[in-house]
Amino acid sequence: MIEKLLFYVFAAILIFAATMVITARNPVHAALFLVLAFFNSAVLWVIAGAEFLGIVLVLVYVGAVMVLFLFVVMMLDINLAKLREGFIRHLYIGLPIAAVIVVQMILVVSSGAMAPAEMPEATMPIPDPAETGNTTVIGGVLYTVYVYPFELAAVILLVAIIASIMLTLRRREGVKHQDIGEQVNVRKEDRLRMARSFGGSGDGRNDNKYPGR
Amino acid sequence: MIELSEFLVLGAILFSLGMAGIFLNRKNAIVLLMSIELILLAVNFNFIAFSTFMGDVAGQVFVFFILTVAAAESAIGLAILVTLFRSRDSIDVADLDTMRG
Repeated sequence: MIEKLLFYVFAAILIFAATMVITARNPVHAALFLVLAFFNSAVLWVIAGAEFLGIVLVLVYVGAVMVLFLFVVMMLDINLAKLREGFIRHLYIGLPIAAVIVVQMILVVSSGAMAPAEMPEATMPIPDPAETGNTTVIGGVLYTVYVYPFELAAVILLVAIIASIMLTLRRREGVKHQDIGEQVNVRKEDRLRMARSFGGSGDGRNDNKYPGR
Repeated sequence: MIELSEFLVLGAILFSLGMAGIFLNRKNAIVLLMSIELILLAVNFNFIAFSTFMGDVAGQVFVFFILTVAAAESAIGLAILVTLFRSRDSIDVADLDTMRG
């Protein structure tokens, strides 16, 4: 009973936060409401029994992705008034379509066609949660059955790192920066110039003409 | 006990909100990316709900991979957004029409 009550409270906050994400005037507020939405989703996932993914959602999404979003939103100097143009016009198209989709999906989902009695047999059954923790279960299959997809995920992350660095990297003109290769390859002749001293060379030609120097 | 359909209805509402967000925020590519995150969250809700009610851990592993791909997607998306803003001084999706036939 308390579980159901918690589910409804967090689901209501989640829907409110998601609505605010798409209607907020300021992109910073939208990002912060998305953080709220992710937190509530994490709680709902924990209620559903996926504790590991709930924690991962908070760590990866709230901790990394949303910070990245906020960083970009605050770094770009955006004209807020221009962003709202056409909002009302698109509201008349977007809202009915979204409403139709919601009604259709709710009708299908609550028609009983997806009742647990008609579900197929589990290919990878979850053991009793009291004995084996959720993280242990996921780790058990992730490093055995799903080891190739797991390594592929690592490659995808590497590609993402390289792509985003290469996209945002730029050489700006007129800015002093260090060129390590040039520094290492420098030779004595490039930097050092031998000059005759004013000390006099013995024949009187270069005697000190500028006393006090 | 929470019903499976309650989770699925929540996922459907989240999905539709994300889709409405794509319709509403045509001028703002950042909120567009956030709407895509909402849609992916809705998909993950369905996976976790089915994983729990079928007693199958495969759905949770799949959510793990979706989270990975979504994180990579938003990182690249934001990088494209930054380069777009540098060259066009705007994040309006309608400005991206140089390839229009």
